Amino acid sequence: MNDDLNSKLLSEGSDWTFELIEKYDREIARIAKKYKLDTYPNQIEIIRSDQMMDAYASVGMPIGYHHWSFGKQFLNVERGYSRGQMGLAYEIVINSNPCIAYLMEENSMTMQALVIAHACYGHNSFFKNNYLFKSWTDADSIIDYLVFARNFISECEERHGTGEVEAILDSCHALMHYGTDRYKRPYPISAEEERVRQHERAEYIQRQLNDLWRTIPRSAAANTDHDISRFPAEPQENLLYFIEKNAPLLEPWQREIVRIVRKIAQYFYPQRQTQVMNEGWATFWHYTILNDMFDEGLVSEGFMMEFLHSHSSVVAQPGFDSPYFTGMNPYALGFAMMRDIRRMCENPTEEDKRWFPEIAGSDWLSTLHFAMENFKDESFIQQYLSPQVIRDFHLFCIIDDDTSETIDVNAIHDDNGYRRVREALAAQYNLSSGEPNIQVHEVDVRGDRSLTLHHQQNSRKPLNDDTEEVLKHLYRLWKFDIYLFSYDGEEVDQSFRVPRKKGLSLAS
Amino acid sequence: MSYIIDRRLNSKDKSAVNRQRFLKRYKKHIKRAVSDAVSKRSITDMERGENIGIPQKDIDEPSFGHGQGGNRSRVLPGNKEFNTGDKIKRPEGGGGGSGGGDASDSGEGMDEFVFQITQEEFLEFMFEDLELPNLVKRQLTATETYKIVKAGISEEGTPNQLNVVRSMRSAYARRIAMGAKKKRRRNEILAELEARGDHSDDLDKSLREELALLERKLANIPFIDDFDLKFNVNKKEPQPCSKAVMFCLMDVSGSMDQRTKDIAKRFFILLYMFLQRNYEKTEVVFIRHHSTAKEVDEEEFFYSRETGGTVVSSALRLMNEIIEERYPLSEWNLYGAQASDGDNWTNDSPVCHKMLSTQLLPLLQYYCYIEITDRGHQELWQYYEKLAEEHSDAFAMRSIEDYADIYPIFRELFQSDKSGRA
Repeated sequence: MNDDLNSKLLSEGSDWTFELIEKYDREIARIAKKYKLDTYPNQIEIIRSDQMMDAYASVGMPIGYHHWSFGKQFLNVERGYSRGQMGLAYEIVINSNPCIAYLMEENSMTMQALVIAHACYGHNSFFKNNYLFKSWTDADSIIDYLVFARNFISECEERHGTGEVEAILDSCHALMHYGTDRYKRPYPISAEEERVRQHERAEYIQRQLNDLWRTIPRSAAANTDHDISRFPAEPQENLLYFIEKNAPLLEPWQREIVRIVRKIAQYFYPQRQTQVMNEGWATFWHYTILNDMFDEGLVSEGFMMEFLHSHSSVVAQPGFDSPYFTGMNPYALGFAMMRDIRRMCENPTEEDKRWFPEIAGSDWLSTLHFAMENFKDESFIQQYLSPQVIRDFHLFCIIDDDTSETIDVNAIHDDNGYRRVREALAAQYNLSSGEPNIQVHEVDVRGDRSLTLHHQQNSRKPLNDDTEEVLKHLYRLWKFDIYLFSYDGEEVDQSFRVPRKKGLSLAS
Repeated sequence: MSYIIDRRLNSKDKSAVNRQRFLKRYKKHIKRAVSDAVSKRSITDMERGENIGIPQKDIDEPSFGHGQGGNRSRVLPGNKEFNTGDKIKRPEGGGGGSGGGDASDSGEGMDEFVFQITQEEFLEFMFEDLELPNLVKRQLTATETYKIVKAGISEEGTPNQLNVVRSMRSAYARRIAMGAKKKRRRNEILAELEARGDHSDDLDKSLREELALLERKLANIPFIDDFDLKFNVNKKEPQPCSKAVMFCLMDVSGSMDQRTKDIAKRFFILLYMFLQRNYEKTEVVFIRHHSTAKEVDEEEFFYSRETGGTVVSSALRLMNEIIEERYPLSEWNLYGAQASDGDNWTNDSPVCHKMLSTQLLPLLQYYCYIEITDRGHQELWQYYEKLAEEHSDAFAMRSIEDYADIYPIFRELFQSDKSGRA
């Protein structure tokens, strides 16, 4: 009996081999299929730890263009790692088709299995099925596009000098988070087309621009006409796109670089909005799959001990007053919520039936898949955060108003507080609450070509000290004066002008 | 469905380019950090890497964000004692809280971005765009010195190149070759005569005649012939002059305090390291002086105290003697560095000027004088100024007031020719 059980074990000891990885991958794939995890094919790459540092430094792009900021990132990782302040993540996974996952050579067999379940089946299925990823990224072409981008930028470096290219990239990076249309669906990017159409586009834009910036007076009549339509007709939130299409003096190659940064920002846009869900989903599945393997007798108790040890440290959530507290742990919150959804489906309590009538008692697998496919962090929390999870985490909400003497506790984990906590936490994951809402308001097309931006304050939160620096970057791209007015309601609260003019009062 | 690929053998240092870009971008910062490090390190401790710290604010990439203030709500885990409606006192200096970014509670050690540069990089930064004066020139003209090397044996040559052993061996071989047949014949004849006993017939006579002939012929084989002479062939190989000697001259009279000596020491360290990197072999001669000069070891040079007057020319004279004695110009590149607080015996400065101008400077690659003082300059300085005008290519002088001045001055002194020496 005992022998019989042992004979099913996939491996003993902690060393991995390629055969073993294949064996584990086969079993994990089988179980994942049972749970209807729909994935891109996997490309599992075994790398050394120093290669992992490289992968880290390139912020998730398997092929990156050269830029000093990645070097900075690398030095940071290297220092943290060599001082032992930081362990390297066990895995990095790329949203591409095939889905690339890096496994570190140093990992034990248990960790390799964990990573395969987590990345190759968890994240992978999330990339393939979540609506944000489906509409904002194109996994088929991202690698090609990155290759195109790298080649294009290094060609530019040869032709125009590293310094020139670096300056443009610096400026684009400063505006990187303002390179997506939040409410418009983009066209998927295709590398092949990019290459073919790039030249065509450059010419076309230049022609359009020339028209926009035509300096020849049309007629005397037009000049006296004060009913000139505003440009742009509507406020523009996608600053990089606006620059790419409308900046008066950029060279075509500079426009293309703006576009590349914008496209890459767009590629990462879904990841920034689905951290909790994505990590929660992947963690839920590695947990479920490896437990299933144990139940089937494929892995030993020693394996499970090691796995649970690392799993529990991944999903630990220190309290707000702990020295280890660095904010909400997306792994912890996501994993707890995913588990909770399954619990509500399988063993609903009275409370669950009251709060989630349509979930309680439903088929857990399809409910979970639905949740994964159709939400982002903000809406996912708004929709699924249950009183149970709020209680488990002892969540509470504070209001920090600079007009008030004290910080007020607005809600805690009790009947009166659940909704408020949930709303506040959801809002915390809304990208626009973290990033100021800044839009292009107007361009003085007929006058000094200055660009005016408006910032609409959210709960009176002012702009930070970086603002002027960012505007300098914007000025480098636009090359004419930049104004930025920060509105608190209807009133201008802060105003900026770049470049600064001496002796000019900006208060309005 | 899964492909498993072993990438472990792929090239490493994928980030090398980006790292270089980073170092290039923050060159100024790194150089500043390196130069600070140089003034803090001890003389034996130059050849290792360094932790470089750059203020975080200089390195941040700016982006739009929210500043402090306004009305913000935040959800936190781990509530223990709070109830709805509780008022919490604002933490000191916390201001308007920290929206998501945790600016307030992660402040520890975050004001500097610290990273490692290697020993190579450390030195590169330290010596960057420095160039030893005349170094290039000297390297290009280094063919002045030759070394004679053996390049085999030849049949022709001058008598002084004669290789006696080879010639004798060759002569011996020739003698054997030319005489072997005759000797054999002679031996046969002798044997025959012996066998025949005492006959005196015709045969005997002809044999004896032949024998006499053979003896004559054998005797005629010359002991040595022109043909045998072998000569050594020597080749002149250009020999780059890769040895340097650095003379450190320092005033150790009572007026020089330890701090002044320390400053001087730093300067000598830099000079020494620089020479060491540029020459295969670098020697240092320490000459200290008050009213008389003495060659000493490093320890004594920097740390022993003497009292007495100051006669600079005594050190110069000693330097000249040492050069003549030990450092032939054909083999050594000579550098001189003198540190002083500017004091000198009144009538000695013109002597120094003359000695340097006529005797030493023509021999030296470079001579630099640093005056470590916060007082006004004295006579020695004025005479040296004249010297600097006359020999601007080989003589430089600077005034140093503090530790921090050393590195910039050092750079200034040894600035590459391209940028024009001040």
